[in-house]
Amino acid sequence: MKILIAGDGKVGALLTQVLSMEGYDITLIDSKQTVLENSVERFDVMAIQGNCASMEILEQAGVMDADLMIAATSADEINLLSCLTAHGMNPNIHTIARIRNPEYSNQIYKMRERFALSLAVNPEKQAAVEIEHLLKFPGFLKRDTFAKGRVEIVELRIGSESKLKDVALNDLDTTAGCKVLVCVVLRKGQAIAPDGNFVLREGDRIFVTAPTDNMTILLKSLGVITHKVKRVMICGGGRVSYYLAQRLKKSGIMVQIIEQNYDKCLELTNKLPYACVVHGDASSQALLDSEGIKDCDALITMTGMDEQNIIISLYGNNCGVPQVITKIGHLDNTQIIENLPLGSIISPKELCASAIVRYVRAMHNQTGAAITLHTIADGHAEALEFLVEKNTRYCGVPLKDVQVKKNVLIACISHRSGTEIPNGESSFNIGDTVVVVSGREEVLYQLNDIFV
Amino acid sequence: MNYKIIGRFLAQILTVEGVFMVPAAVICIVNNEIPALHGFLWSLLIICAVVLVLFLTCRKAESRFYAKEGLVCVGISWIVMGLLGCLPFFISGEIPNYLDALFEIVSGFTTTGASILPEVESLSRGILYWRSFSHWLGGMGVLVFLLAIVPAGGRGNGYTMHILRAESPGPNVGKLVPKMKDTAKILYLMYILLTVLNIVFLLIGRMPAFDAVCTALGTAGTGGFGIRNDSIASYSPYLQNVCTVFMLLFGVNFSCYYLLLMKQFKSVFKDEELRMYMGVVLGSVVLIVWNLKDYYSTFGETVRHVSFQVASIITTTGFATTDFDQWPSFSKAILLCLMVIGACAGSTGGGLKCGRALLLLKSLRRNIRKVLHPQKVQIVRNNGQMVNEKILDNTNAYLAAYVVIVLLSFILISLDGFSITTNISAVFACFNNIGPGFDAVGPTCNFGSYSAFSKLILIGDMLAGRLEIFPILILFSRSTWIRR
Repeated sequence: MKILIAGDGKVGALLTQVLSMEGYDITLIDSKQTVLENSVERFDVMAIQGNCASMEILEQAGVMDADLMIAATSADEINLLSCLTAHGMNPNIHTIARIRNPEYSNQIYKMRERFALSLAVNPEKQAAVEIEHLLKFPGFLKRDTFAKGRVEIVELRIGSESKLKDVALNDLDTTAGCKVLVCVVLRKGQAIAPDGNFVLREGDRIFVTAPTDNMTILLKSLGVITHKVKRVMICGGGRVSYYLAQRLKKSGIMVQIIEQNYDKCLELTNKLPYACVVHGDASSQALLDSEGIKDCDALITMTGMDEQNIIISLYGNNCGVPQVITKIGHLDNTQIIENLPLGSIISPKELCASAIVRYVRAMHNQTGAAITLHTIADGHAEALEFLVEKNTRYCGVPLKDVQVKKNVLIACISHRSGTEIPNGESSFNIGDTVVVVSGREEVLYQLNDIFV
Repeated sequence: MNYKIIGRFLAQILTVEGVFMVPAAVICIVNNEIPALHGFLWSLLIICAVVLVLFLTCRKAESRFYAKEGLVCVGISWIVMGLLGCLPFFISGEIPNYLDALFEIVSGFTTTGASILPEVESLSRGILYWRSFSHWLGGMGVLVFLLAIVPAGGRGNGYTMHILRAESPGPNVGKLVPKMKDTAKILYLMYILLTVLNIVFLLIGRMPAFDAVCTALGTAGTGGFGIRNDSIASYSPYLQNVCTVFMLLFGVNFSCYYLLLMKQFKSVFKDEELRMYMGVVLGSVVLIVWNLKDYYSTFGETVRHVSFQVASIITTTGFATTDFDQWPSFSKAILLCLMVIGACAGSTGGGLKCGRALLLLKSLRRNIRKVLHPQKVQIVRNNGQMVNEKILDNTNAYLAAYVVIVLLSFILISLDGFSITTNISAVFACFNNIGPGFDAVGPTCNFGSYSAFSKLILIGDMLAGRLEIFPILILFSRSTWIRR
């Protein structure tokens, strides 16, 4: 499949990496020669330098026989125009545009129709949704939901006082008080697919699958203190903060935003009358103290600089804020920051890339494509949800008789009647949904790909 | 430096070399040439042993593969390919001296065509085939062949770009399609197609089948090993003209053929490098024909010989139909200039390349204008597009390295006491991968009389010329071998 990616920025580069690994023919378009050279040296792709909205450049990049155009330049207008132009030149092409401006975000559905966009992605909005999701269930570092919210994969860190410390996975159910499944363990930057004898150690980050109803039980039996989030402090008044504040207001959560740029503060105050917008430098401890960092239930660092976010989050953790969420733009540094107590880490570009990858795989495979796709364990693994269809193999066969590929795990099966963590006797039938966790080196397009 | 991945690469390249040796061995069996067959079988055995050792020691290679590994890979594999590829010559006893055998095969792989053999007709057919086939394999590049069949450096890795860049000649190497593997496949498919076409045209002219295959292989790689002592001279005028046309075709940038396949005739027609190449060929033919007006009996014969020689020298093939060493000085001077200019970038030919010469001339013109009008912003354009300063810098650096290496080799081989014409043309002929030079290394003579030391220098020149200097040069740089 031929894919054009316009804009070789953060999202563009991440998409190039992921999609070229999956074996698509990728042509990059960007106006900066140096950026392109860098990409061409790192990935097996071709690059065209120029304006991605001009017909001449699109023609050079081979728009006529391309299957998909992804526009992820820094300007929404250029993204829209280039998708529109590409669609005009080749009516069969699918187009994905990144639209970030909040002024357009309300009209995104209308725009998708008018401009014939196949998909419009808004990384900041996705990040806001993700953060809201985390705030509703404090205690987890990451939450990904499947099967219309009936199943979740959550990330937990084994601290020095955790009840899970030194527990073998065979005994996990008794400690957890309910049936859960550990699908991936991240230890020292390496993802491990554990078996029953695996013993959890301090510092591990574990990814647990469980039906959503069991999550509360899990939190209680683990002794993770959960209390309702009522007051949130957001450092940095960017687009994520705006979307987040808007959403949190609906849940009745008090929001305080600290922003350095006065004009931005004015704009935010104008748009978010219910939020408390403070003008000042969020990296100053004195300011954070005087704004009551010790009393808030959650601290979210969303400034434009990763370093600043990390410092503020560390301070927040030091002050005993129960939940800390940190935005990291450059996820290349995960190995360095892994052991810092930064709470949950949010990366808008990764969320955006996951959404696009999911679309691309669905295109690749018209039927039976994954319903949901989440990247977990710092990109070492992915969790996918599939619907069991007529042509799915091994319907009704107990799992102990089914051979699945190495590094692939059936984490959960949702029947119409309920959700279960599968054992050897379990089986799936048409209409069920199955959550599968797999290592990144295996590309799964449909459910049948998991069988040997 | 990731030595293990280089080892694994090397093992794969030697496997390719070994597989291609098999047809030569089969030819030996068919013609009942026992010593040559022994040569090939023992060589295959040695190659198998080396491959096995490399695979075993390097099987746990990490996939780290960056620019440095790419360049070192290219440099080392060409050297090792030469060291092992010459074994059939040596073991069969047809070239009893190992250094001579090495000279011969490196001359083959680098598509030079310079020989140390006073006469070739007594060689066995298997050996003759292997000599000619080395041209074909070296012409497009054995690593490019490897890229076409295995995903090197892991799926989606872009560092294989450095291999293509290092092995394909030219100042600005790019891919034809997004994936390296597909690019390499397209290049080889076009190469094979043209070679087959060449064979067919030669067969139509009643050339014996074995001769046709060997000549076509030598033409395709722009190599120049003939299988007769007088190169192409004893074949009919038709066959000579077929060779002229195909030599010129193989000297054209292969991306032009791809554009033709894509039906973009306009951009091929307007390609400045192609125009310059054609212009230089036509101009040289006209000038030399004028200079030689009374040399041959008929005008037609003059044109045939002149166009053949011009095509042979500019594409750096090195076939000959006449002893051009006997031509007047003016004609020889033009041929010497053609030796330096060489074929188009991205072709199988050697030399400085038309594209690079064009860039050098253009940047020279710009710099002269800059002196006259310092404040004016000036850029260099190629095919209507601005040329990156980095490419211009690289081109200038290439010219500097070229001059330094040519001069140094010239001084070193002068120790053997041959005439200045001999020495300078020998260095040019080897560095630009042509083959014959003038005087004592002219088309009727050979390189056998040089000392062992000079032969080593010339082997180095051939490799440096084929790989465009840097992959060989970095092998001698200390920073290549110390830890990152």
